[in-house]
Amino acid sequence: MIKSNSGIRKTDVINRRMFIIGAAKVVVFVGIIARLFSLQINENKKYLTLSDKNRIREWKLPPTRGNIVDYFGNVIAGNLKVYQLHIIPEQVENFNYLLVRLKNLLNLSDKRIVRIQKLKAELKPWDSIIVSENLSWSQFVKINNYLYDLVGVKPVMTISRNYPFNDVYTHVLGYVSQPNEQEILENETIQERFVPGMKIGKLGLEKRLENHLIGTNAIQRYEVNAYGKRINQLEHQKGEQGSKIRLTVDTEIQKACGKLLNEKAGSISVMDIYTGDIIAMYSSPSYNPNLFLFGISQDEWQLIRNNPLKPLINKTLSGLYSPGSTIKPIVALSALENKVIDTKFKVKCTGKMELYGQTFHCWKEKGHGWVSLKNAMKQSCDTYFYEVARLLGVDRLNITAEKFGLGKKVLGDYFDNEKKGLFPNTKWKKNNLGKGWVLGETLITGIGQGYIQSTPLQLCMMTAQIANGGFAVKPKIIVDSNPISYEDAKQSMESGLLFDTESEELLDKKLFKNQKNIKIVQEAMFASTNERFGTSYKSRIDDPKYQFAGKTGTAQVKRISKRERELDLELDQIPYKDRDHALYVAYGPYVNPRYALSIIVEHGGSGSKAAAPIAKKLFKLIIDRHDLRNKQSNFERITV
Amino acid sequence: MFQHDRLSNEITLFQKIKNLDYILLVSVILLSVLSVFVMYSTDGGEILFHTKNHFVKLAVFFPLMIFVAFFNIKFWHNFSYIIYLIVILLLIYVSFFGIKSSGSQRWMDLYLFVLQPSELMKVAIIMCLAKYFHRIKIENVNSFTSITIVLSIIIIPIIFVISQPDLGTSILIALSGLIILWLGGMKIKYFIYSFITFLISLPFIISFLKPYQKLRILTFLDPDRDPLGAGYQIIQSKIAIGSGGLNGKGFLKGTQSYLDFLPEKHTDFIFTLFSEEFGFIGSVGLLILYSIIIFRIVRIGAISRSNFARLFCFGYAFAIFIYIVVNLSMVLGLLPIVGSPLPIMSYGGSSMLATMIGFGIVLSAKINHKQMIA
Repeated sequence: MIKSNSGIRKTDVINRRMFIIGAAKVVVFVGIIARLFSLQINENKKYLTLSDKNRIREWKLPPTRGNIVDYFGNVIAGNLKVYQLHIIPEQVENFNYLLVRLKNLLNLSDKRIVRIQKLKAELKPWDSIIVSENLSWSQFVKINNYLYDLVGVKPVMTISRNYPFNDVYTHVLGYVSQPNEQEILENETIQERFVPGMKIGKLGLEKRLENHLIGTNAIQRYEVNAYGKRINQLEHQKGEQGSKIRLTVDTEIQKACGKLLNEKAGSISVMDIYTGDIIAMYSSPSYNPNLFLFGISQDEWQLIRNNPLKPLINKTLSGLYSPGSTIKPIVALSALENKVIDTKFKVKCTGKMELYGQTFHCWKEKGHGWVSLKNAMKQSCDTYFYEVARLLGVDRLNITAEKFGLGKKVLGDYFDNEKKGLFPNTKWKKNNLGKGWVLGETLITGIGQGYIQSTPLQLCMMTAQIANGGFAVKPKIIVDSNPISYEDAKQSMESGLLFDTESEELLDKKLFKNQKNIKIVQEAMFASTNERFGTSYKSRIDDPKYQFAGKTGTAQVKRISKRERELDLELDQIPYKDRDHALYVAYGPYVNPRYALSIIVEHGGSGSKAAAPIAKKLFKLIIDRHDLRNKQSNFERITV
Repeated sequence: MFQHDRLSNEITLFQKIKNLDYILLVSVILLSVLSVFVMYSTDGGEILFHTKNHFVKLAVFFPLMIFVAFFNIKFWHNFSYIIYLIVILLLIYVSFFGIKSSGSQRWMDLYLFVLQPSELMKVAIIMCLAKYFHRIKIENVNSFTSITIVLSIIIIPIIFVISQPDLGTSILIALSGLIILWLGGMKIKYFIYSFITFLISLPFIISFLKPYQKLRILTFLDPDRDPLGAGYQIIQSKIAIGSGGLNGKGFLKGTQSYLDFLPEKHTDFIFTLFSEEFGFIGSVGLLILYSIIIFRIVRIGAISRSNFARLFCFGYAFAIFIYIVVNLSMVLGLLPIVGSPLPIMSYGGSSMLATMIGFGIVLSAKINHKQMIA
């Protein structure tokens, strides 16, 4: 009985205590459900986002650069399909065997093989290794033929920048290549859109217009697993190609410039004298920008770098030359404008001029005799211009020269390598050299020697502004949103005022006091090319359709010693470095002029022999393409 | 007396089958079927290693459960101490000759499968203590001798398990043992005193913990302190559960799971996958299923005539409950990570074996609920 009593008591205890536990269980389960509720219902959005963040990864693809076209719509910087070879290491069965096979098939260098092996060690096994960035078609076909034997190899088609005209536009366009760290940091757009393998503009317009050309990334969204391996593609967001940019240049003329300067160092610029359109801008020698796309080889780079003709320098914009006699139209104009001389003013040239015991030589030892402005310009008489400069003074000359664009950048900030040049005056010398101006320096400035330094493009613009009757032009190389037609430009110029779209104000376009003076200079330049004894008479074209007016220049690169003057050496007897630069500026057609050009052949000798004949060949082409260009003028408006 | 003996001896196989608890049985079957599907999902929607093995284990252990059930509860009462001793021997064997894996030595190779004796101890300790409290007079429960004995019964296996090391299982063994002490009538003040002692000695205990265990506690307190390292499991688990929402992402569509963000998804984190795919509704449903099982076990205990069966059922119900609570609290970020499987759902033979044996004994208690044990 006691026992059973105790048994019952025990059962009671157990049941009572079980009840307490049962209640506790309910409380705990409710707590767990509350926790589930808070996670799954209240914070569901937060965790869904976190879950998507876990599993979705975006891959940016390199954007496609906008095309650059010439005035006629020909692509001068485009995009090309390239064939690449990728290895996906995790799919490779025998990596070393594969490398040996590829090495034989593609003639890979040992260095490249080592690089690939290094990449393999660095990358995740599912990240592809780029074996070759640019396979030729035949290599691509070969790889495809052997694909059964090359497990883990993936032939890929992608897009790369391409310059179809090779070296023709290098100095205008620049080139693209892999950016360095600093370039990525400096440009926010690049920073935002950068993906490995992307190329950016390194030079020229490619660099300047980077933000327009770059385009937007295509984005691929992938689902990835916890180790970052792509499982499947979720969506593909297409990128937008960068803006298309139309230049004012004419590829035919640009190519012709290249040919005319073949194997010479020099530059040719051609400009529309009304619209300021740059028709051609060639610096010789050039180099092939396509070489830089996939990393230039050391050998090729050294070849370009060590070329004595300096292909890396854009001579049109950064080459600084004494203008030589090509400055004479400005000297004459300045003197006429300041009423220092008139057309009847004559100077007797005896071949030299003495000033304070110093002798200033005319290029013609025997002298030109009594010369008027027209004859002096025609025969490029130095003595006449020594005298005119002496009467005029360098400061007044400086004012006219700067009005016509010397000593200032022509294209503004489009090219960071463009140089300002220099047209001296007394103040400049005092400030910069700390010495007073010497009259002798005025004399040599009058024939375009001495401190004076100009770029070929400046000389071209100067000539253009004389040719259009003395009106300021705004040179441009990009067809902008409101291209002004040649007629409008001419008309507004002749009315003397032009509404500037950028600053939204009327600009005074007149560069002269009396337009007659411009006419006098034009006539003198015409005579220099088209009248007997003119320095470029031999290069004239009689057909009025092509007839042009010009002025030769021969810029000394060193002081000619008395002995050398007496020797009167032939060009090939002088060391290359010591030969004169040959220059020529011209505009045409003489009636209703439209184009101006400047030519410089470094160390080419005299302007009349080395530079003027180039103009003759070029003018024919330029004028022949005139109608074509006129028809083209409104073919497409592209916003930059 | 005679009547009872006659009853117990004369239960036919037919009666045994008839007397099974079908609500419990159906719930266990439901849970088993569900667990196979969830395992199929962890294999990424294919019948691979885990699904196959899990199914095979269920196919072996479920009949085993019925087999266990067909033994009279008296038999289990009689063999309780021996079973406890056998498991202790297995623990000793494992501590010397066990298989080592990821730094702990818990397993023994039985050729057909690898046994983890500490899992068996979870049931054996309940049996052992149930028998002890069944036999002892209520007046003697709080005597010094009996307290010494029951504490030894609990502490001896824990020493072996904790030295494997396996903190999770030792905590579960300890809790399973303590609940019998509580049910058996041990004075409440002892529990309160020992709880206070435990709190005071906690800093000392922590100083004895292995570095990875300390790290787990720190990580629990602030999972974001090392999101890719120690905190990774908790964070990813919470993301998976939280992103499941009301209805879940759908069967086989749990991105956290099939993209491998979930750690240990087959075993301790199986609930995470389930909850991600079936959402709040599914999770609550699973909890209800577990609640039904627990409730049925408690009910069987309540109708049992013998205190052994009663104590065992109540103790086992509590053990199942505590496994669920510890596991869910861990994956929900309410407790630090301690290895503890979710009964039946988690992949793992020993845990399933122990659970099924436990269910078997419960069913035996049901079949023989009128059985008195002297």
